[in-house]
Amino acid sequence: MLDIVTLITIFVLAIYVGFEVITKVPPTLHTPLMSGSNAISGVTIIGAILSAGSHQDPTLTTWLGVTAVIFATINVVGGFMVTHRMLKMFSKGKKR
Amino acid sequence: MNFQNILHSVFAAVGQSTSGTMDFRTSMVNLAYLVAAVLFIMGFKGLSHPRKAVRGNMLGSIGMLIAVLVTLINKDIIDYRWIMIGLAVGGSIGVLLAVKIEMTSMPELVGLFNGLGGGASVMVAGGALIESTIGGVNPTMQLMVATSASGLIGAITLWGSLVAFGKLSGKITSSAILLPARHLINIVLALAAITMAVMIVQDPTNMMNYWILVGIASVLGILAVIPIGGADMPVVISLLNSYSGLAAAATGFVLSNTGLIIAGSLVGASGLILTKIMCVAMNRSLANVIFGVLGAEEGAATADEIYAGKVKSTSGDEVAMILEDAQRVVIAPGYGLAVSQSQHQVRDLMNLLEAMDIEVEFAIHPVAGRMPGHMNVLLAEADIPYEKLKDLEEINTTFAETDVVIIIGANDVVNPDARKETGPIAGMPILDVDKARTCIVIKRSLSPGFAGIPNPLFAMDSTLMLFGDGKKALLEIITALKEAS
Repeated sequence: MLDIVTLITIFVLAIYVGFEVITKVPPTLHTPLMSGSNAISGVTIIGAILSAGSHQDPTLTTWLGVTAVIFATINVVGGFMVTHRMLKMFSKGKKR
Repeated sequence: MNFQNILHSVFAAVGQSTSGTMDFRTSMVNLAYLVAAVLFIMGFKGLSHPRKAVRGNMLGSIGMLIAVLVTLINKDIIDYRWIMIGLAVGGSIGVLLAVKIEMTSMPELVGLFNGLGGGASVMVAGGALIESTIGGVNPTMQLMVATSASGLIGAITLWGSLVAFGKLSGKITSSAILLPARHLINIVLALAAITMAVMIVQDPTNMMNYWILVGIASVLGILAVIPIGGADMPVVISLLNSYSGLAAAATGFVLSNTGLIIAGSLVGASGLILTKIMCVAMNRSLANVIFGVLGAEEGAATADEIYAGKVKSTSGDEVAMILEDAQRVVIAPGYGLAVSQSQHQVRDLMNLLEAMDIEVEFAIHPVAGRMPGHMNVLLAEADIPYEKLKDLEEINTTFAETDVVIIIGANDVVNPDARKETGPIAGMPILDVDKARTCIVIKRSLSPGFAGIPNPLFAMDSTLMLFGDGKKALLEIITALKEAS
């Protein structure tokens, strides 16, 4: 297990990076920003996979894990795809 | 020193020297998470311009793919069956939702996705708690605190988002539902949740404590969003977006997983920024949105006093005649555009006007619609170039030189009363449409907007009301314009 101080350091620095990068997103792209960041918050899928695959015979952990995998996968796949759909509309508008 | 010892020391150097348990493979996996995190950041960076945005989103999704693939080769995974089933089921539902959804329904879809992310965090943290107590090993303080945070934030996100989803999709009334003594109830629930969290830290082996915490947080999530009405939804959706990220980050602390922590905090930051932008756009504090209720004040002018005898109703033909003489037209859409799904008619009107050498631009208020950027997405769907969509500051300098403003289903964001010292929307930045020569307001009735106050704009000499559904009204104008030309 990583040192708690290391983890907190990563957490705080990542929040700062987030603030810096996301302040530059123009208002016109705020909806894709939400759905895209939504997809990224589905990163819990990593934990869900570990949970769902940790036992040979299914236990409560497995079931929690599988449900979490389903939830997170909907979030990730749906989120990235719908963001892509929206962003395509924006770049299409450009060519006109 | 034999060969094995050398290898061992190399691996130890690559891995974490403090823990000593990390082997070469774990280090590689963590490096892969770092690559994924960098791709996420590049993805967000791509969103700084519409032209680079598609590629940015691609980079983000590649980052996620890498994160998932390296997780699948983790040595702790001994059974792939359930993982594959979960991925297949979730993936199909996700694809279906993403392909089928109407652009006008984007806010509720984003709300739903937020909730699912939060729900996943609750279950992953719960699973980790069970596993940590199974071996008889005493879980660390860090694990317990992080698990409690994950369960608490995750459950609030899940249930708050489900209520938001219900409100946005019209399954629950979108007006504010107020319980008596709701602040007291919420305070009691919050205290109960904190008590449960402390109990979890003290006695990790009692799984029941965790589920009670999740239950309390769920009720808290529902009660927190239920009293919030329609036009405040952009704030709530942004805030829940932030929570879903923070829940993922908390789960990262549970699993000591840097990938989760970085991605989660990026999303948390993103949601917080959007929340702040939305609050500024309404000149209200976050606390005011969550705890306060908008409403007409005592002694304020009533609708009858303001509107009586002064509201002029118009027809599509008359609007067409006014438009023919115009040189510059600004269209200001509001939630009514989404309700009537009239973005394509707006595009047709724009094309007609431009064919007549009339300059057309769009005025987008930050909180128009039900989520940040809602109007932009709808207009982009109708192939309206994003260069024509102007934000508040930019468009407000141009209204004095604008001949006609067409307001479609917007109310509070064009209410000149916001410039007054007092009142429920005092100080809220508005579109200065009243400075234009003529205002055409397309609206179904004179009913007040979310703030519940009458709008003096509708009674101004320069304002004409075109009553009716947005789509029908626009079609009338388009038909009249075509006949005239």
